[in-house]
Amino acid sequence: MKGQDVRIKDVGKNEGRLVDLDVGDIPKLPPPYDNWQDKPYSEVSEEKRSRMDTSLDGIIGLRLPRPRSEAEKSELVAKFLRGVDKLFSREDNWTFLQPFLLAMENCVKCNTCADACPIFEESGRAEIYRPLFRAELLRRIAQRQRSPVAKALGKLTGADIDVTWEMVARLGESAYRCTLCRRCAQHCPMAIDNGMVSREIRKIFSQEMGISPPELHEDGTIKQLTVGSSTGVNQHALMDILEFAEEDIEDRIGMKIKIPLDKAGADILIMHNAGEFLSWPENLEAFAILFELAGLSWTLSTDLVGYDSVNYGLFYDDIQYTRVTLAHAQIAKKLGVKKVVMGECGHAHKAFMAVGDRMWLEESNIPRESALTLMEDLVCNEKIMVDPSRNDFPVTLHDPCNIVRSMGIVMPQRRVLEKICPQFREMEPHGVDNYCCGGGSGFAIMQSNNFPDWRMRISGRKKFAQIINAFEGKMDPSINKYVCAPCSNCKGQIRDLLTYYDAWNRHHILYGGLVELVVNAMVDVREGFLEWEFH
Amino acid sequence: MLAIQILTYVCIFLFLAFIVGRVVKYVKTPLHVRWELYPVAHEKGRAVYGGSIFEELEWWTKPRKLDRIGELAEMLREIVFLKGVFKHNRPLWYFSFPFHMGLYLLVGWLGILFLAALLFVLGIDLSGQFGVVLRYLVALSGYAGLGLTALGAFGLMARRIGNRDIRRYSAPVEYINLAFILATVITALVVHLSYDHWFQAPAAYIVSLIKFSSFDVGSQLPAGMLVELVLGSLLLAYIPMTRMAHFVSKYFLYHDVRWSDEPNPRGSKIESQIMGNFGLLMNWQASHIQSGKSWAEVGTSDMPKADDSGGDKAKEVQA
Repeated sequence: MKGQDVRIKDVGKNEGRLVDLDVGDIPKLPPPYDNWQDKPYSEVSEEKRSRMDTSLDGIIGLRLPRPRSEAEKSELVAKFLRGVDKLFSREDNWTFLQPFLLAMENCVKCNTCADACPIFEESGRAEIYRPLFRAELLRRIAQRQRSPVAKALGKLTGADIDVTWEMVARLGESAYRCTLCRRCAQHCPMAIDNGMVSREIRKIFSQEMGISPPELHEDGTIKQLTVGSSTGVNQHALMDILEFAEEDIEDRIGMKIKIPLDKAGADILIMHNAGEFLSWPENLEAFAILFELAGLSWTLSTDLVGYDSVNYGLFYDDIQYTRVTLAHAQIAKKLGVKKVVMGECGHAHKAFMAVGDRMWLEESNIPRESALTLMEDLVCNEKIMVDPSRNDFPVTLHDPCNIVRSMGIVMPQRRVLEKICPQFREMEPHGVDNYCCGGGSGFAIMQSNNFPDWRMRISGRKKFAQIINAFEGKMDPSINKYVCAPCSNCKGQIRDLLTYYDAWNRHHILYGGLVELVVNAMVDVREGFLEWEFH
Repeated sequence: MLAIQILTYVCIFLFLAFIVGRVVKYVKTPLHVRWELYPVAHEKGRAVYGGSIFEELEWWTKPRKLDRIGELAEMLREIVFLKGVFKHNRPLWYFSFPFHMGLYLLVGWLGILFLAALLFVLGIDLSGQFGVVLRYLVALSGYAGLGLTALGAFGLMARRIGNRDIRRYSAPVEYINLAFILATVITALVVHLSYDHWFQAPAAYIVSLIKFSSFDVGSQLPAGMLVELVLGSLLLAYIPMTRMAHFVSKYFLYHDVRWSDEPNPRGSKIESQIMGNFGLLMNWQASHIQSGKSWAEVGTSDMPKADDSGGDKAKEVQA
């Protein structure tokens, strides 16, 4: 079926794949990519299709196992419906009961959310990606399940649907076609948050049915809680990485810097997304250089969980979120630091400072702040001296949704860039109106099967269009260009986008964090911290 | 007429009961985690671009600067002018704005009628200039309210039928809601344009409701007037049972969720509420959760060992 033709009543049908995605439906990119030809979506193997559900759109994100019998199907549907009930329970869902209840009971279906959603738009307006689609499906299931009046009125209220395994499976998979960027919520005149509804659906699957993407659960929160980091870096490996970082700092700028570890009573405990350690060590190194040269009292933690700020529970599971955030709080308390500073990771900002504001309690309630505000203080109050001519190349800024739309940290990063980057230019739209990178809510680390195909062609396409628009007139490959993305997951997604669209080779567009630009401009640091190499 | 009066009393009671019930339901939900969305209207000097106190170095040491006037202004822009719809969905606004403005005027119309009736019952003379002003206000708000509501409801209905995107997600009840409103206001418009130009009958009806007296206007009362009173009463009872009561919910959606950025310093009331929530016993059944234990216990526990639940079978398949 074409994506534009699907109706809610089709979701429960047992007729193979609901939507056949076609790259021909995707809107064109702006020049010089207006003739870009997308490769078709790759099909997963027959063997995988026999094991995992692909009945939504042929893309595998959730890796939903196919039931082997009718009895198993019925059991899973029953579990799902129990999970629906629990979302309405104060005991099971105090964390989101009020916003969820309000979202379920008050949507007037005006569809204002649709035009706010880059995924819906870039898919060629496929109905299954419409923000209202999955929320309305859950709403009708919940009505049927919980309201005898609505159930009795049946078709009149829309509650005349049969909850089949196919419907449950497609709903679960569709919850992983939303990046939880909350742009739809921002546009909703009623302030209803369909992104949050997607997350609530993910919670049913994880918390009741035990089904979640392995990248988020087994290789995410479980690995973090048991090994120390979702990257798999244990404490031993961490020491090797930090030793390498110290050597690399010396190689880059000729300075010996000792990274302080587990320094009790330090002013600052900085927490990085451990993805930086493996993929972008220059980010961790830049922070070390900046903090040391600014004379700050700081430390890293080597405790289990303490060296990785990620909290993938924020994307799919309140219990896992709670476990990770309480572990983080205990580590900050144990070290007795004055404050925790969040490195360049958007969802960690939100997990620690916004959502975590009502999780870190009593003595564990150590203040948390953003590295972006700290950098603004150091740069704009001239606690470090910078030479902006070192960054005299076009720079644009990607706003991580969690830092901007969900937390209101908008200007500090801009004031820093205006001070250190003479050719800084904004993307349009930007700030709280920004578009998601397309890798939000865990998508950036979901690298298996054909999910990356979808991420590159649909969820990240709007961001790529914004990037090339921002560099209009500067696309000549002889001009180095830099996308500043102060978020680890966003960086991962932008790296993949620039690779997919071959933007480094064709146009010399590099990406990285903010602190790298700051250190590159510091007059006390040897020139050339920033290396124009794509990785 | 007594039957209609009884119907109106019952409908007023149902209206109040359902509205209070809805408010109580939302008020009684436990304090949730922070989930605000920027711009937050009361952020002084920052609401214009969506900033927050998190932009301050060591924000917890700084006083919160709240702009309650700005928040009120934003609320007024949203409530009166439907700013969100105007900004993000202009084609809808062309009908939604007159519809809502019409309803506000009708609420005002009812309020003025009630005031006039109350003054009359209290024996205050309304034959002077004040009475004339009231009379004109009633006529103005009544006709403008009925006209705009009818226009808006008609437009919204046409849009819901004509726009494929909206039609696909509309259940029959959504058409019924609009049709009910349309029928009520059209009936009232026809009645008052034909017979009771100055809305004297509704005024007399309200007097009878306040005085618990009979509503006796003899045989001159047209059938259309009876239909108007019945439809108006039933509509009053029906609205809070449906999503049309979003005027109540919107307060919570904005103040308890979208703009809810109250920080939680040590020893705060928020802290004690959350401590209470941590004592709630959860019943989630996935194998990584110790069902039946409190949030505090589960949140600080080691991960349970995997068992042979469906979820774990799922993990084998996912490999």
